[in-house]
Parts: sequence; C-alpha cells; structure tokens
Amino acid sequence: MKAISVKETRKLLFTPIVENNPIALQILGICSALAVTVKMDVTLIMCIALTSVVTLSNLFISIIRHYIPDSIRIIVQMTIISSLVIIVDELLKAYAYEASKQLSVFVGLIITNCIVMGRAEAYAMKNPPIKSMLDGFGNGLGYSFVLLVVAAIREIFGSGTFFGMQIMPESYPVNNFLLLPPSSFIIIGIMIWVIRSFSKSQVEENDNPLKAHTFKPLKVKKEVQSG
Amino acid sequence: MADLLNLFVKTVFIENIALSLFLGMCTFFAISKQVKAAFGLGIAVIVVLTITVPLNNLIYNFVLKEGALSWAGLENTNLKFVGLITYIGVIAAAVQILEMFLDKYVPALYNALGIFLPLITVNCAILGASLFMIEKNYNFTESVVYGFGAGFGWALAIVLLAGIREKLKYSDIPEGLRGLGITFVIVGLMSFGFMSFGGILL
Repeated sequence: MKAISVKETRKLLFTPIVENNPIALQILGICSALAVTVKMDVTLIMCIALTSVVTLSNLFISIIRHYIPDSIRIIVQMTIISSLVIIVDELLKAYAYEASKQLSVFVGLIITNCIVMGRAEAYAMKNPPIKSMLDGFGNGLGYSFVLLVVAAIREIFGSGTFFGMQIMPESYPVNNFLLLPPSSFIIIGIMIWVIRSFSKSQVEENDNPLKAHTFKPLKVKKEVQSG
Repeated sequence: MADLLNLFVKTVFIENIALSLFLGMCTFFAISKQVKAAFGLGIAVIVVLTITVPLNNLIYNFVLKEGALSWAGLENTNLKFVGLITYIGVIAAAVQILEMFLDKYVPALYNALGIFLPLITVNCAILGASLFMIEKNYNFTESVVYGFGAGFGWALAIVLLAGIREKLKYSDIPEGLRGLGITFVIVGLMSFGFMSFGGILL
C-alpha cells in the first residue's frame, strides 16, 4: 500500500471542516444536528458516536469494496453501518446510560444519517482503506464542528452555562428562545451565512427570474410614452 | 375511536415529524424547491410509513421483544439488540417490494414517484417513526394510525415549505444567505409556528 503524504492527510482531514462542510454545504446529516444540541455534554457524546461510526464504516466498506456487487451495494453498506451503530448504542447504554437516555432514538438514527451513507457511497467505494478512513474522520470532524458551535451558542446564551458550569453572571436570565429546538435552525442558517461570506465560491446562484439588480425601469418609461 | 383520532391529530400537528422532531431533514431541504416534486415525495413517504411502521410493530411484538418468542417455545430470549438492523432491513425490503409491485400494477404512480421511492430507504423519518413507535409502545391499530399520521404530517410540512420557497425565488436576499441559508431560517420560523400547536389539549 502506498504511504500517504502529510499534505494529503491534512487535506483529507481539514477540507470537510470549513471548505466542504457536510452540514453547511453538502446538506447532509442535519436531522440529528438539531435535536441534540441543547447541552454540550450530550452533543459531545453524539459527535464522538457519529465520528467513530463514519470513520469505521468508511474503513470497512473500503476494505471490501472490490467484493461488493454493484446491484446490492446499498444493502451491504447499510448492514455494515447498522452493525457499527448497534455496537455504539450498546456501549453507550453500558457506560453512559444517562446520556443514552437523553439521545433516545437519535443514536439509532445514525444509521440513516446521510453523512455516513453519503461518504460510503461517494468516497469509500472508490478509494483505498487508509484514505477512506481519514476522509470519514474528517467529515465526522466537520459535523462535530457545526454541532459543537451550535450547542455552545445555545448553552452559553440559553441557560448561561458551559458543560454544566455557570459562566454567565448569576443575574443572567434563562433565554428560552435558544433553549427551544427550532432556534438551532436559525443558528445554522446564520452560520452558513458567515461561512459563505468568507468563501465566496459557496454562494448559490441567483435564480430570481426578476433579477432585481438588473431590472431597468427605463424600458417601462418608453412603453408608457408610446402608449 | 376518539383515541385514535386524537393520536392522529397529535402526530400530524403537535408532534409533527419534520417540524417538531426534525426527522427526514436532508430530503426536506433538498427536494422542496417545487411544490410538485415535494407533493410526490410526500405521497411516497405516506405510503411507505403506513406500511413499514405496522410491519415493524408486528416484528417487534412477535419476534424481538423480551419473551416475545414464547409462541415458538423460546421463553427467555430477548432479541432487542438486533432491533436496529432488523427495522432497517424491513424498511429496505418493503420499499423494494413496493417498488416492484407499483411497477407491475400501477405504472402511473410508479412513474410519478420516480427516484423518490429508493431514496426513501435512507430517509431518517422512516426509521425514526419506527423507533418512536417502539419507544411509545403502541399496539398494532395505534401503529397504523401513527404511521399514517407521521407520513401525513411530513408531507404537509414539505408541501408548505415548497410553497414558501417557490415565492421566495422572487425576493432579493443577501448573497451568502441565498438558497440554503434562508431556507434554514424559514424552517426555523415554521417550526416555531408549529410549536404553538403544543397548547392543544386532547
């Protein structure tokens, strides 16, 4: 197996964090990003669970990629992913029971998390094991980055704590707006705005049929005159 | 009967699977640019949920639950730990069979649903509804209503969002917020709107 250069490793690991973020740009795996971001500690466990599943599933799928028949590949990928998720679920129940209760069905939903399936399908089926593993880990980090930022904003400004420690002054009132789940949509929306104002290449094309900025009132005037 | 109706209303509005529980968000954002496509996907989700949730309910109650295999003479088996892999297998198989069935007998609907059917296997709303059904311990009849209600709620949400996005095309949005960003903010506001249904007492 060919060794991978340091540069390549860095590229595999860090591009998914900002430049090609799975949540902000690829719109993958948002479902769990919203429901589990009220408290930092729960979010951190979710991030570790997802990162380990996507890293290992990419590794295993990449190892057997030449033996998977094309027509049933989705089922094969799903079996591997769900076995890994079952292991993570059982481990959580054994060692972090409280957190696993709070995450409830969302650990199980890692199976259908599009990041895991998406990376398996788009990367691991075509690339050698070590590279796939790094790609999986990088995407896991990209996902964790967004989740942890959202959770930090919601916990610090919502309940005034961080990992359960009081950091805002005692007089800080509990901000219910941020504690409600829908606020995470708005936070992610604003995060996308921030990321895109730094890397302009991510800005989506303007498909406004009216093209507001190019609208010429001159033409209208003419018509009025001729009429 | 009133209980079932209550359950239906609760599933569609109060615990809307897309806007209160945030399931199936990936497809929710990806396929909501046009009402027509959103409607097709919504119908597909309703059909698949109405089939798979009761199916998983039967499998859970007669195979996986602790002591559920007593009809086969196995009193002390608890197969709960293979639950996840079983449900996803059932969903994948059900979608595949449904696809073949529609292709053969109802080609019009098959063509209308197009690529949405296979996509649905990996939609977290489908697996999520099954998992919630098990967590809430519904019986068979309730699971039929829950499956249909969850699908209906999801379809309602995606058609509403698609309607808003069709109009949104004409507005002048700051560069970075255009497209995905503003959609997130809108879904957040819609979700706040749906939270007001939480006050309904049934």
